[in-house]
Formats: sequence, structure tokens, C-alpha cells
Amino acid sequence: MTSDNESPPINRDDVAKVAALARLELTEHELETFTDQLADVLEHAADMAELDLGGVEPLGTPVALENVLRADQPADALDRDEVLASAPAAEDGMFKVTSILGDAS
Amino acid sequence: MNPASAVTLAAAVRAGERTARDAVDESLAAIDERNGELNAFLTLTGDQARAAADAVDRKVAAGENPGPLAGVPIALKDNLVTRGVPTGCASRILAGWVPPYDATVVRQLAEAGAVTVGKTNMDEFAMGSSTENSAFGPTRNPLDTERVPGGSSGGSAAAVAAGMVPLALGSDTGGSIRQPASLCGVVGVKSTYGTVSRLGLVAYGSSLDQIGPLATNVADAALLLEVIGGHDPGDSTSLDRPAPEVSSHLDDGVDGLRVGVVSELMGEGIAPDVAARIRAAAEALAAAGATVEEVSIPAISACLSAYYVVAPAEASSNLARFDGVRYGNRVEAANVTDMMVATRTQGFGDEVKRRIMLGTYALSAGYYDAFYATAQKVRTVLRAEFDAVYANHDVLLCPASPTTAWRLGEKTDDPLTMYLSDVCTIPSNLAGHPAASVPFGADAAGLPIGVQILGPALGEVNLFRAAATLEAAAPDRSTIADDEEATR
Repeated sequence: MTSDNESPPINRDDVAKVAALARLELTEHELETFTDQLADVLEHAADMAELDLGGVEPLGTPVALENVLRADQPADALDRDEVLASAPAAEDGMFKVTSILGDAS
Repeated sequence: MNPASAVTLAAAVRAGERTARDAVDESLAAIDERNGELNAFLTLTGDQARAAADAVDRKVAAGENPGPLAGVPIALKDNLVTRGVPTGCASRILAGWVPPYDATVVRQLAEAGAVTVGKTNMDEFAMGSSTENSAFGPTRNPLDTERVPGGSSGGSAAAVAAGMVPLALGSDTGGSIRQPASLCGVVGVKSTYGTVSRLGLVAYGSSLDQIGPLATNVADAALLLEVIGGHDPGDSTSLDRPAPEVSSHLDDGVDGLRVGVVSELMGEGIAPDVAARIRAAAEALAAAGATVEEVSIPAISACLSAYYVVAPAEASSNLARFDGVRYGNRVEAANVTDMMVATRTQGFGDEVKRRIMLGTYALSAGYYDAFYATAQKVRTVLRAEFDAVYANHDVLLCPASPTTAWRLGEKTDDPLTMYLSDVCTIPSNLAGHPAASVPFGADAAGLPIGVQILGPALGEVNLFRAAATLEAAAPDRSTIADDEEATR
């Protein structure tokens, strides 16, 4: 399962792709710098392959998580006006989103 | 500038020997005096603090118990949500956001009679090791203002070290409480994952994050941990058990305690002055009756890499919520996608962007196994190696930071070099184990050195026994500041 080879080096195209996935826009200069910096970190990460990880189960969280059920009873919720007061835009008691279909006029 | 300990202060307030209002006014005056220079606080809540202090004093006058932290001024890292008080994580994207609720720890503090005086500076979204990644300028180390306070809880550590507050809360994902505590000469504790509720802590790496105390002394840190610990049904990772009870064990001593010195964190990459102080700490424990030997945890060599895969992966997911819709700031654009891109591009700083991209990459198809799954397996191996060592040892010792405080700007151009400064603290987060940094002397330049004490899951009692013993054996902290004063 694990890579025994050197980790794949990240290139400009990879960085441009993950930036787009993460909804970030990079200048040409930033693309250059971030590619070098991320490559440094990922090359360092190759040392994980030096451990014998065959047959090892992954650990996602330190706590053994169990499903917790509770009674289906109403409880105090956040005050709607207070929540919306700090939103970027709100209307009629709802969050207001920028136009989704087409461009806003 | 040498405030009474929180334990002493709270007792004096409860006994009516000192008013909470007086303590809070003194704290606000100390902040006023030095915050311009240090930039430890981003937001001050003087009016609310005075009102809260007056309420504590009224309880005392009425013969009611105002709580274990009665009238104690406290500073909160800016990633802890506070109802009605701006919470921005030192980020432009969230600047000015006023939360509609309090974090569980904030509620617990208020119930215990503590008085919040403000929100402290930090690396943006807790991503950094020097507090230079704040959108609002760096915090400076009070012991040498040309140097960093460490990070990411650098504002909280500096506030305590400068005598602005006796107590502060930070958060620790890869060492963000313990490393600044070491660099500023104060006590910092990250307890077992799940002992302190994360509800209302703005998430960075959810499987690693823990809130914890910064204090001038071990007893104060113990008291604060007891106040903020305990089960919270609002946090699915909160352990269903009461807060660790540690204050009553501070005088237990370490007779018979089995101590290991982690050999992987005593050699290459560790400053000689720092390693020498850790050896001195081991000798102090041995002199107090503990048995001390070297131990080896080979997986530590892969921990830095595992952390810088796991934490960014979790961060890339957690920070997806900052999309300009529900909270924070929005940069308007023609359609929703362009709005999100513009909002995130202008709202996040470089380090946050780096980690979001790193995490997105590590989770993406084709690289998931090589990076994310591999990093999770390193966590398993690390835990197994820790378990094997803890079968014969109660606590372990190593540095909290490989070096003492470095100069502002020294590492900002090279992210990997900055990441390497977390090498001593990361293993405890990956394992979910408790750890503390306690001041134990200084380097040749007079800069403080913290000894880090590690324990197994829920091993807080032995950890605090060792911490209290080392505190008693440590060179007087005031001599560090005096030495530093003399070299300026």
C-alpha cells in the first residue's frame, strides 16, 4: 500500500490544480514559490517510508469514537438574528449567497 | 510586574482581602503599559472585564462562593469563540466576526469566576511556530523584543510572561502551547486528547487540537486545567470522564517515579545548551528519588512528516467552511464561485494557503495512500512504541523546543525550517498524549529553556508530579529576566 519509492515530487501543474480545488487563485510568482516550498515538505515526507508500515492499521483519531444517541427533544439553539448579524449578507432571516446560476447583474 | 499567582489571588478575592476589580484594573494597566510594544493582545474587553469583576466582588460581599478562579484575569487565544466579542483567529477572512455563542471553556471560566480581559495574537488559524503569521503583525517576546515568542499561542505566552495576566488559554495542535511557553519562560500544558472540550475552538487539525493553560507556575496551570477539563456532550471527541485531578498531587514528589529521557530528541538538531538543561532536569528528578534512563522511540524520526501531512489534510477540510457565506468577510464577485475564490485568496495568508494546498494534495486521488494513509500508519506505530516505553516508565523528558527564541524574520522565508522547530512537541499530538513545558533555566544568552514532560494517555497526575518537582529545582526565573536585562 505504501510507497517504497521516493514520494512523487509536486510540480507547477499539481499546485495549480490543488489551488483551483481549494478555491485559491495564485499569481505566477506565487505558483513558483509555493511549488518549491511544497516540494521541500513533500520530499521531507518521504522519510515516513523508512518505517516498516506493512500490515499497520491507520490511526485516524486518538479517541475510540462510538456513536452516541440522545433523546429527540428540542433544546436551545443559537439566536437566528445574532447568527445572521455577523454574516457577510443576509435577507429575510436567511444567509444571502452571491448568484449561483449565471452572473449577478 | 510580578502578579500574585492565580491560586493566591483567587483565595485572596474569596476571603475578601483583595477585590476582583482591583486585580482586573491592575491587569488592564499592565496590558496598557506594554501591549503597544509586544502586540500580545488583538482585542481588549476592559468594560466587560470590569463589570464581570464587580459581579465577582458582589458575590463575595453576599457570602456566595465566586468560584476557584475568583477574580483572576485571563487572556484567551483569538481562536476561542466568545459571544459578543470579536473572534478572528488573527486572519483577515474572519476579522471582526462576532460569534453568537461561547466556547465551552469560556463558559467554564466564567462559572469559575475568572475574568476575561482580551483575545490574544496568534499565527493565523494556529498555523505557525512564531506568531509571525498573524495578519495583524507579530507578537514580540517580552524577554527580548527582537525575538519571537514562539507560536502559535505566542500572544497568550507573551501576555503571561510579561505579567499582563496570571493565566491564559492557548491551543496546541503540534506544540502551540508548549513551544511558546518554553520560549517565553512560562508553564504550558496540553492534556490528553479529549480531556478538554473543543466546542468553540475554531478547528485546525481536529484529531490533534487541544485547548490548554499557560501560567507562571505549575499550581496555576493545574488549577486552570481542572476548571476547563471534563466531559462535554457538545464535543463528540470529549472523553466521558471528569477533569484530571492534579492539584492535590503537586506535593507528592517523584520518589520511585520511572523517568525516561527520549534519546531521539537529545542529539542532532537540538541546541547543546538546551540538551544540557534537559540532562540537568533528569538529574534533578533522580536527586528527588526518581529512576532515570535513556529510552528510544524510533518512530519519532517520521513524526514531523506525518504531522505535516495529517494537520494540513484536516485543515484543508476544516477551512473549507470559510467561503464568504456564513461568517467572516466576503469579497464580492459576479458569481458564487468567483466570490469564494476572491474571498479566500484575499482572506488567507501565505502559510494558511500553503497548508490548505498541502492538505488538498495529500488527500487527492493518487496521493492519498502515499501521504495521508501512510501518515496515519505512522501514528499507529508511534503509539505502539510509546505504549512499549510506558510499560516501564511513568513520564518521559525531552526539550519542548530544539532552540531558544530566535530573531524575528529568521525563519519566515523557509517554511520547512520553521516546521522543524516543532519536532519535539509533535509526537504527543499524534499520539493524543499529555505533555507540559516547564521553565528550567536558560541558555548562555539568558533566554529561557523549557523542559518537556510527556506522559501516557490520562497520565496527568505523574506528569504534574514531575512538573512540580522540576519547578522547585529550577533556577529562579527572575534571574533569567535579570540576566537578559543586563545583556541589553
